[in-house]
Amino acid sequence: MSHGNGGQKSVKTDQYSHHDYYKIDDLLSEEHLMARDAVQQWVKSEVSPIIEDYANRAACPTHLFKGLAEIGAFGPSLPTEYGGGGMDEIAYGVIMQELERGDSGIRSMASVQGSLVMYPIYKFGTEEQKRKYLPKLGNGDFIGCFGLTEPDFGSNPSGMATNIVDDGDSYILNGSKMWITNSPLADLAVVWAKDQNGDIRGMVVEKDSKGFSAPEIHGKWSLRASITGELVFEDVRVPKSQVFPEVKGLKGPLSCLSKARYGIAWGAMGAALDCYDSALRYSLERVQFDRPIGGFQLTQKKLAEMITEITKAQLLSWRLGVLANAGKATPAQISMAKRNNVNMALTIAREARQIHGGMGITNEYPVMRHMMNLETVLTYEGTHDIHLLITGMDVTGLNAFK
Amino acid sequence: MKILVCISKTPDTTSKISFVNNGKEFNSEGIQYIMNPYDEWYALVRAVELKEKNGGSVTVINVGDVSSEIVIRKALAIGADEAIRVDVVPESSLQVAKEIAAHAAGYDLVLTGKETIDYNGAEVGAMLAELLDLPYVSFAFKLEKEGEDWLVSREVEGGTETLKVGGPIVLSAAKGMAEQRIPNMQGIMMAKKKPLNVVASIGAEKGSVVASHEMPPAKSGVKMIAPDDMDTLVKLLHEEAKVI
Ligand SMILES: Cc1cc2nc3c(=O)[nH]c(=O)nc-3n(C[C@H](O)[C@H](O)[C@H](O)COP(=O)(O)OP(=O)(O)OC[C@H]3O[C@@H](n4cnc5c(N)ncnc54)[C@H](O)[C@@H]3O)c2cc1C
Repeated sequence: MSHGNGGQKSVKTDQYSHHDYYKIDDLLSEEHLMARDAVQQWVKSEVSPIIEDYANRAACPTHLFKGLAEIGAFGPSLPTEYGGGGMDEIAYGVIMQELERGDSGIRSMASVQGSLVMYPIYKFGTEEQKRKYLPKLGNGDFIGCFGLTEPDFGSNPSGMATNIVDDGDSYILNGSKMWITNSPLADLAVVWAKDQNGDIRGMVVEKDSKGFSAPEIHGKWSLRASITGELVFEDVRVPKSQVFPEVKGLKGPLSCLSKARYGIAWGAMGAALDCYDSALRYSLERVQFDRPIGGFQLTQKKLAEMITEITKAQLLSWRLGVLANAGKATPAQISMAKRNNVNMALTIAREARQIHGGMGITNEYPVMRHMMNLETVLTYEGTHDIHLLITGMDVTGLNAFK
Repeated sequence: MKILVCISKTPDTTSKISFVNNGKEFNSEGIQYIMNPYDEWYALVRAVELKEKNGGSVTVINVGDVSSEIVIRKALAIGADEAIRVDVVPESSLQVAKEIAAHAAGYDLVLTGKETIDYNGAEVGAMLAELLDLPYVSFAFKLEKEGEDWLVSREVEGGTETLKVGGPIVLSAAKGMAEQRIPNMQGIMMAKKKPLNVVASIGAEKGSVVASHEMPPAKSGVKMIAPDDMDTLVKLLHEEAKVI
């Protein structure tokens, strides 16, 4: 993977405009609408002109980290004194939606930084850890990553093998993490590992710690503009001051995941909206059998079902946002929205791809890129099926995981 | 330095334009409004840059009903310090200029966009200068402070002209004066706390009323002429397109 600038700019202008069939905008505040417009404007000027080229080359547009920080996309709902934006959960949602409208990989850069790195440090870190890391993560001076998944433990993180052993003022960390977004670029990693009592503990590991490396994972057909890697720990000495003091067990990482999954539920709508927007426009421009293909019933069925599903997802997300603002959104409710919305977006991407005919498989249009990206989104942050099991367990009270 | 920037809302450039009430009224159903780009990207951003460099304050003023407030908040998010909204629906340039003039005394610089992208009148700035009895520079693409004076460059036929103007001036901003600035989340949150003062209209006369609007005829399809058929091409260019 190559990094940095120097890519080719697309000459096509991004003509996207928001779709709001049920006037859900009436339920949003001025602040939400302004946040949405600002991020949309940013995506149009910074992401759309370059994204096809970066995705094509499987290169990460690392210069966008600073841009994401400047626009305020890292931890928008964290307090301003700790580098966040002081906004509410719906504002956070619409920001993720607009970023993913651009590309799921760009949204992932922001999700990881804000929800999986800044959030746990804010929530579980000591005052010293917060002061040391949060402002620099918020302004993009530091890039962070989140290490939970392991080669042998994906859907079942509680089985993790990565561990820490007490050694006076520090712990000795051993193990490895897999599929870690941003890891090869990261200045620091929030790592989850088991202590000698078998409790999962969280800690901040800095890049230049001895014995720590973060090799890149190559060959992804999805999230190609986002960099993914491993985390390898060989007797890494982690000072005790780097460990989150209180939190023990899976609830630590899971609370971060709830925050990120919430953002993904909104983000996926952005990808769906972009596919629908492109398909609708294409269907009115493309003429076959002497009429626009949008005039055929089979195309209309696809478009009508797309906007129906998008509208349902918008209402679901809005309601989830209201609950989240009141501190009442349950992890199971968030699971339902993540699962529904990502699957909805993937289905729409596939249908939109068909409407574009052969053109749909090229990077002239964003749909195939979204479709490939969404395969990751369907799997990470809890797979589609795992979220189903969460809902199943929530409604029956019976655990079907094991 | 006190700067006043006049901002208006215009339909988004992707809007589908139509009229109702026998062509008298613009059909605003389903229209998304934005800040007029000449007001936003050039006038307002340059004003904010000048403030950041030289100190002072930027006030934005809009003549419009409550539906303008989202655009006004955006101006505050970009960096204006306070806003005035004159609570009346704008119907003519003269009316707008008079309503603004009632609040435009005491500024060192009054900026407008060179035109709005809907009606393209390019009138309010000049009218305002007349009403305020101030010098006016139109279509400026560069503005610098030099001592007590303003150094202003503007487009003229086939080239540019640079003027030195003393004292308070009114100026209309064209492309090139500044780069677009996207409000960030911090700016959006701060905008909520900045004053947006709604004032009553002075009931300024309109001077003119719209009799009707007409849409241009729909574009006809492209005609393809065979590469070796020059005669037909010349004939069509002469008789139909009337360009040669
Ligand atoms: C591009 C990318 C970026 C990522 N970024 C990060 C990151 O930053 N940090 C991080 O920690 N992780 C990250 N992940 C990892 C991601 O969260 C995992 O891939 C995911 O949790 C699934 O784990 P797995 O790949 O090991 O699949 P497995 O858990 O092996 O699952 C394989 C299949 O088995 C199914 N399955 C598993 N258990 C059950 C069960 N009990 N019942 C029914 N079906 C079951 C799953 O649904 C799935 O279909 C990323 C992944 C990708 C692809």
